[in-house]
Amino acid sequence: MKNIFRLILLLLLGVVTVTASAATNDDAQPSQVERGDLTEAAEKADGFSAKDVIFEHLGDGYGWEVPFNHHRRIPLPVIVWATDGLHVFSSSRLEHGHVYRDGDITFKLGGADSKYKGKVVEVKADGTEVRPWDISITKNVCAIFIGMILIIWAILDVARWHRTQGTKAPRKFRGAVEFVITFIYDGVIQPTLKDKAPKFAPYLLTAFFFILVMNLMGLIVVFPGGANVTGNIAVTLVLALLTFFITNLFGTKHYWKEIFNPDVPWWLKYPIPIMPLIEVFGIFTKPAALTVRLFANMMGGHMIVIVLTLLIFIFAYMGPAVTGATAVVSVLFSVFMLCIDVLVSFIQAYVFTMLSTLFISLAQEDGHHEEAHAKDATPLPAAQK
Amino acid sequence: MELFTPDFGLVFWMFVSFGVLFVVLWRWGWPAIMKGVSDRADLIDKGVEYAQNAKQQLDKAQESAAELMADAARRQAEMLREADRMKTQIIEEARNAAKQEAQKEMDAAKVAIEQDRKRAQEQFKTEVSTFALDIAQKVVRKQMEDQKAQQELVSSLIDEMETAQS
Repeated sequence: MKNIFRLILLLLLGVVTVTASAATNDDAQPSQVERGDLTEAAEKADGFSAKDVIFEHLGDGYGWEVPFNHHRRIPLPVIVWATDGLHVFSSSRLEHGHVYRDGDITFKLGGADSKYKGKVVEVKADGTEVRPWDISITKNVCAIFIGMILIIWAILDVARWHRTQGTKAPRKFRGAVEFVITFIYDGVIQPTLKDKAPKFAPYLLTAFFFILVMNLMGLIVVFPGGANVTGNIAVTLVLALLTFFITNLFGTKHYWKEIFNPDVPWWLKYPIPIMPLIEVFGIFTKPAALTVRLFANMMGGHMIVIVLTLLIFIFAYMGPAVTGATAVVSVLFSVFMLCIDVLVSFIQAYVFTMLSTLFISLAQEDGHHEEAHAKDATPLPAAQK
Repeated sequence: MELFTPDFGLVFWMFVSFGVLFVVLWRWGWPAIMKGVSDRADLIDKGVEYAQNAKQQLDKAQESAAELMADAARRQAEMLREADRMKTQIIEEARNAAKQEAQKEMDAAKVAIEQDRKRAQEQFKTEVSTFALDIAQKVVRKQMEDQKAQQELVSSLIDEMETAQS
């Protein structure tokens, strides 16, 4: 324990000295800088824009950055369907604003002032930029593939154990994976869905493990991790849409009756169908809430860590002492935030699974039970988080 | 804002990969795990039930074993008594048989002795008579002329001796 603390202290000292020396190199400018806007000041100091860095890290990209090198990226395939057909080429051809000609079509990345900033665009003969259908294997797609392989490996390993070892209990990592599966199944899915649990468990468990693994991989800063997958609205949108489709496609007759003809006083339904409108609106707000909750939580976590780290560079122009102090505080805070994010990663996966289970179970209700209950107590509106 | 507009490519790949992931796990993953876990739970339940039953049976078995032991001890005692009784009976019988046998032997010996005695008597008688005759011959030869008269005398004397003896 003592050794670990000593190591952390040494690392912090190292960070202080490195940042301090970096700051002294640029000592010429600070005196001239207006003290109004810190980020602008820093930008002026060494052409560094905090906003760009933040959005680059949060967003998607055609290559995968490697640590300690700003010029080289791991190239990933760009797949686009342009006006004349399919084009596949390496993302390294578009790096540093290069223009790539593939056949008759010219491709480049949208510039800072373009509508399609940072995306692959097709440049027409007259100079206009057109966005082709783009299904490139971007950083996030690649991270999804890696995560997928990890999940398949971990889950099929447990499944193989169950097939080959009979009723023996698995140990170590395999046991831990099985523990998480049973924790979600017996703790969330089974109590909510009762006898329908086996029917929906495959989707819910898959969604849980996908979100959990993607969240955790996003916290690893270097290559196999670091992609902000679950903090990307496209990913959470797809997950929420799947829950939406499963909820409504498997909904019972009673569920649809409750939406279009709910059990409320007649004047709430006629002549103006207030309640049915609210209920129909509710169908769409549920997946929207799922989308935004996961997206905002994960993106927020990433953003806080990046901003805390960037504070060091934003304060760099104020001299070595301030930079050093900021470095220590920032590193401590971002480590703390990363620890919180580990917790949040699990909680968000759990919450997504729990709410999906709840939405699906609400659409699985049978009329007979409801009528029997209605006599005892007025039905409460579904608990929404 | 770029962050809030879902990108088509990512939506497409997310659909594809989540679909693949779901199908793979649905086909080869979850059912096997669910079955394995519930099988194991059943096995554990059964094991507990079995252990409880086994304990009950063990208790019962111990009781019956104690009963059997007591029964066996009783029987053993009975058998020992029986054996003792038989032993004495056999000894008694043997003794009787031996007595009878001995009696027989003794009777036979008596008969034999009697016969021997008789034979010896006969022999002795003849020998004595021969001796007597010889003695008498010698005596008479010396003293008497008339052998025949003398022999009759001797013979009558021997008869007298014999009757006196028996």
